[in-house]
Amino acid sequence: MRSLFYVLTALAVMGLAFWAYRENYRTQAKLTEIDRLQSDIRHLRESLNVLKAEWAYLNRPDRLRELAAINFERLALLPLTAEQFGTAAQVGYPAEPLPPITDPVETFGALPETEETTP
Amino acid sequence: MIRTPLRPLARILSARDRGENPDAIERENLRLRHEAMRDKSRQRAEGRLLVMGLLFFSAFTVVGARMGLLAATDPVEPRAAASGASILAQRADIVDREGRILATNLVTHSLYAQPQSMVEPERAAEELAAIFPDLDAEDLKEDFTGSRKFLWIKKKISPEQMQAVHDIGDPGLLFGPREMRIYPNGALASHVLGGASFGREGVHSAEVIGTAGVEKTFDGWLRDPGNGGQPLQLSIDLGVQATIEEVLYGGMKLMNAKGATAVLMDIHSGEVVAMASLPDFDPNTRPQPALKGDPSDSPLFNRAVQGVYELGSTFKVFAIAQAMDLGLVNAETKIATKSPMTWGKHRIRDFHDYGAELSVTDIIVKSSNIGTARVALQIGGERQKAFLGTLGLLEPTPIEMVEAPTGKPILPRTWPEITTMTVSYGHGLSASPLHLAAAYASVLNGGTKVTPTILKTPMPAPGPRVVSEQTSSVMRAMLRAVVTRGTASFGEVPGYAVGGKTGSADKPNPSGGYYKDRLIATFASIFPAHDPEYVMIVTLDEPSETSGSVPRRTAGWTAVPVGAEIIRRVAPMLGLRPEVEPPAQHGITLVRN
Repeated sequence: MRSLFYVLTALAVMGLAFWAYRENYRTQAKLTEIDRLQSDIRHLRESLNVLKAEWAYLNRPDRLRELAAINFERLALLPLTAEQFGTAAQVGYPAEPLPPITDPVETFGALPETEETTP
Repeated sequence: MIRTPLRPLARILSARDRGENPDAIERENLRLRHEAMRDKSRQRAEGRLLVMGLLFFSAFTVVGARMGLLAATDPVEPRAAASGASILAQRADIVDREGRILATNLVTHSLYAQPQSMVEPERAAEELAAIFPDLDAEDLKEDFTGSRKFLWIKKKISPEQMQAVHDIGDPGLLFGPREMRIYPNGALASHVLGGASFGREGVHSAEVIGTAGVEKTFDGWLRDPGNGGQPLQLSIDLGVQATIEEVLYGGMKLMNAKGATAVLMDIHSGEVVAMASLPDFDPNTRPQPALKGDPSDSPLFNRAVQGVYELGSTFKVFAIAQAMDLGLVNAETKIATKSPMTWGKHRIRDFHDYGAELSVTDIIVKSSNIGTARVALQIGGERQKAFLGTLGLLEPTPIEMVEAPTGKPILPRTWPEITTMTVSYGHGLSASPLHLAAAYASVLNGGTKVTPTILKTPMPAPGPRVVSEQTSSVMRAMLRAVVTRGTASFGEVPGYAVGGKTGSADKPNPSGGYYKDRLIATFASIFPAHDPEYVMIVTLDEPSETSGSVPRRTAGWTAVPVGAEIIRRVAPMLGLRPEVEPPAQHGITLVRN
């Protein structure tokens, strides 16, 4: 009984040692990966910043104004004026569809010259 | 363990034979047994003590060793911790009220040389001079072949230039990473932003420090890593600022002015939506401050904040508003305006002779100096000074810009009656256009004090009351009348009911007296006048409008058309819908009881 206990303890210690060894290596690997990811993130953030700066540079009002002037023939962009404000009532909605005609009315008309009746 | 019996039969029998007491044997054995038990328990206790001691010893050893290790190692970033919004740039961005970038950072490189490790110093010097035209090959050769161990060549280089320097292939030419500040919009809002430069420099990094404007005021905030890279949000609107600068530049050229400035402010919150000062500069290549000559001629000079001018008739609004608030006059009170008015040895004249008397409204509408002076006399110098003080016209503006304290109003040393009179129509007291904007906002927004700010402040609490709501409303009606039938008739913008006051003040001659043909023309306006949202000040420095036979210099001919054009362009951008003005309230006289 006692020897079995010793053997089991020894096995448990060996198992734990193996687990700790493996965990250690896995941790190291993860840390290396985190380092790599963080450097990736850093680079991406850096390029994101560059892109943002470039976006701001390309959208600077001076340039947009020049582009609007150069492309006036195609775009016809003009500065915003007060006349461009409208009200909801000015929006042209499509006419409402006619309700179905349920009781058609027969109409007759007489032309005085010909005395002919036309339906 | 073999237990010894207390009364072993053999020894008892032999003791009995010898006639001894056998109980002695039992006691002896009992004693021996007790001694053995005592020894054993002592041994166990000692063992336990030893184990405990060892345990404590090792625990303290571990704690001590860890402390020593922590004290001796260099600090490192926690590698395993997840990085949130990590601090990437050492300086936060500056954005406008909509979040559009006004200033950001870019990673570039600096170029430095270690001449002792150079292979071909002469060739490197020549090639460098070819890449950077502003460098001199002879100077570089001298530096590279001399005794210097280290020298900076360029503080900022572009990636293309870096590649070209790489291609020289000299091991003595080295690059250090640099974060540089860029202003993608160029000269836009340059006076607000200021500029940045390098502080302490090392090979691996350099401090970026603000040199002027908000960059300097918020230098500590922008560099504080505790903000987690959060940008600084200004109240400036990029589009409005660009439009104002464009129109103002055109106006300045048309009116042949030397300089111009415009301030657009939210009338309720005091947020500066746009602030332009021309001529301006590009903060990416901020020029050196001029060492000689008038600093106010430099493009670095922010006329809106630093430029203190006598702003002329625009000040009349304050005198009239105060007199009405005190109940001295109402809008219809007649004031004598016989020209010229003589006061001691001084003579006050009007631009035209307006006859014997004018109503208070007409004094503002026609801009009568004499009428305003008479009203100011009723108020008295002390009350006038106190009122101007509550409007903030006697102190530098509290705006968050490093230049603000330099825009200190120039006050008369003493305040006799003649000063009371001249100050009432804007002579003798110099203030900046920003002062005027804040004071107009305070008087006309319903009468609560406005503190100018350059930061986006969504809903500030209304300030202390300056004038009553009714006075404010009557003043707005008067300013509207100035545009509909007075000196600012060019200021009419359909749909926006502009109200405003012109001001034309002769510029003081540094050698004494005033110039006859140099003016500061100012148009202080609010729009829409019946329910004001914004206050705008346009000031032109030495304008002259030359379409007529005689050059016209007064504000009504110069600053007002420019201001009206700005409002026409900017009001729709601010989201103001053109409105039909409510009709003037006939029959109801807005007066105090």
